[in-house]
Amino acid sequence: MKRVFPILAILTALLLSYGLYLALVVAPTEQTMGDVQRIFYYHVPSAWTAFLLFSLNFLASIQYLVRRNPFSDRLASVVVIAIAVLTCIGAYVVTLPEGVEKSAVATTGIGIALLYFGIRKFFSEQGTDILALVTAEVGVVFCTVVLVTGPLWARPVWGIWWTWDIRLTSTLVLWLIYLSYLMLRRFSDSGQTPVLAAALAVFGALDVPLVYFSIWIFRTQHPQPVIGGGGSIDPRMLHVLLINWLAFLSFAGLVCWSRYRLEVLQREVEEAQALDSLADARGTR
Amino acid sequence: MSLLSSITLVTVQKDIRLEWRSKDVLNAMLFFALLVVVVFSFSFDPDAEESRQIAGGLVWVAFLFAAVVALNQTWARELRNQVLDAYRISPAPANALFLAKAVGNFLFVSVLEALMTPLFIVFYKLRALGPGWQLIPIALLGTWALVVNGTFFAAMSLRTRSREIMLPLLLFPISIPAILAMVNATTAVLVGEASAKFWIVLLGTYDVVFTIACLFLFETVLHAE
Repeated sequence: MKRVFPILAILTALLLSYGLYLALVVAPTEQTMGDVQRIFYYHVPSAWTAFLLFSLNFLASIQYLVRRNPFSDRLASVVVIAIAVLTCIGAYVVTLPEGVEKSAVATTGIGIALLYFGIRKFFSEQGTDILALVTAEVGVVFCTVVLVTGPLWARPVWGIWWTWDIRLTSTLVLWLIYLSYLMLRRFSDSGQTPVLAAALAVFGALDVPLVYFSIWIFRTQHPQPVIGGGGSIDPRMLHVLLINWLAFLSFAGLVCWSRYRLEVLQREVEEAQALDSLADARGTR
Repeated sequence: MSLLSSITLVTVQKDIRLEWRSKDVLNAMLFFALLVVVVFSFSFDPDAEESRQIAGGLVWVAFLFAAVVALNQTWARELRNQVLDAYRISPAPANALFLAKAVGNFLFVSVLEALMTPLFIVFYKLRALGPGWQLIPIALLGTWALVVNGTFFAAMSLRTRSREIMLPLLLFPISIPAILAMVNATTAVLVGEASAKFWIVLLGTYDVVFTIACLFLFETVLHAE
């Protein structure tokens, strides 16, 4: 196990440098935007990684809450399987909005179930709590990258740093929600923190569709210059984007892993210290 | 079910009686909201047309801040003499306590709104150009939206250091869609150009979703050890 980490770290570093090379040199220059567009290869993979980490945080929090009681654990498993099956059937039965691939929807459904049961199999109850903490922390970092690179690109292209557009605004609100999640974890240092944090994560996840929908109405009632729009992406650009996403994902995974190990060690230390002072107080040493 | 409703009723009555005798929360909220109104009218100094555009935001920001004052006091009262611990070891359903606290806060904030609205109308020369009766469902749904999550998060922030600071930090980000909905619905009614229907439906959805979530999770949070 000790060997795996440095090897993965080297591979990630290579992948990241390869991704940088592809993004800056190999990828074709965009016709209208010019070189500014190359920030896209960092912006989009960060966004995808952040959203993936936040979903992991939600699944881990649900796990933590339901595992406290065997009945709710079983119920949650049934619900997750039902959601996966229904999305798969629904993807091919319901007519989807234009531009949404049937297979993508089905894959998302199955992916959620796989992630859920993966977490359930490989993490202990305390493990799910640490996983939730770690994914929220790293997710906030990637979300910050998204929110910083976005305006950097927007300034030369749209002429403004920020607009209250649906994607920008909902990403900002998501960032705020997870910041408040981290604040809660920072401010509460008792043994109840995991439960409180998991409850807040569930609230945050429930909030996401409402945020999206509310900003959507907000914006359709007050039309604004719409961004980018449809159009297809050059396959060479897509290739660079996906390589970069892979690099970012492995980087995020690596950071999460080492943060996870750190947190486990920290909790062990705290426990040992608590036991120590208990022994001191009893005078058994 | 009858146990739930009777315990809820008794707890609400107790809270109202306490509040009636002390009037701590209501006085603090009223004075706070009054200050917000005055400070806003100094900082913006709007004419009638402008104030119609911004009043929705001002009113709800004032109510939101004032509601936080009430919400922070919700559980503080139960901490004295370990009332909350006594409640936790009693067989009473946790949700009864939650509902009682939420309903109590709802009543207090509604009273505040009823008292502050005339003041807003006078200070900002307001007159609704749209269907004015819609402001009533907006106010009810909006208040419940703030109060239901606020009561829940106040119970959560009890367990943290500096709990008074923690409540708005938890409540505001989650409430963003609700705040957006109530502000826009109010503005739509006051200006009378667009329909407020979407926003009212959104507020209703928000209320249903989070009321259910609170009822599901409150017991876990109350007994978190």
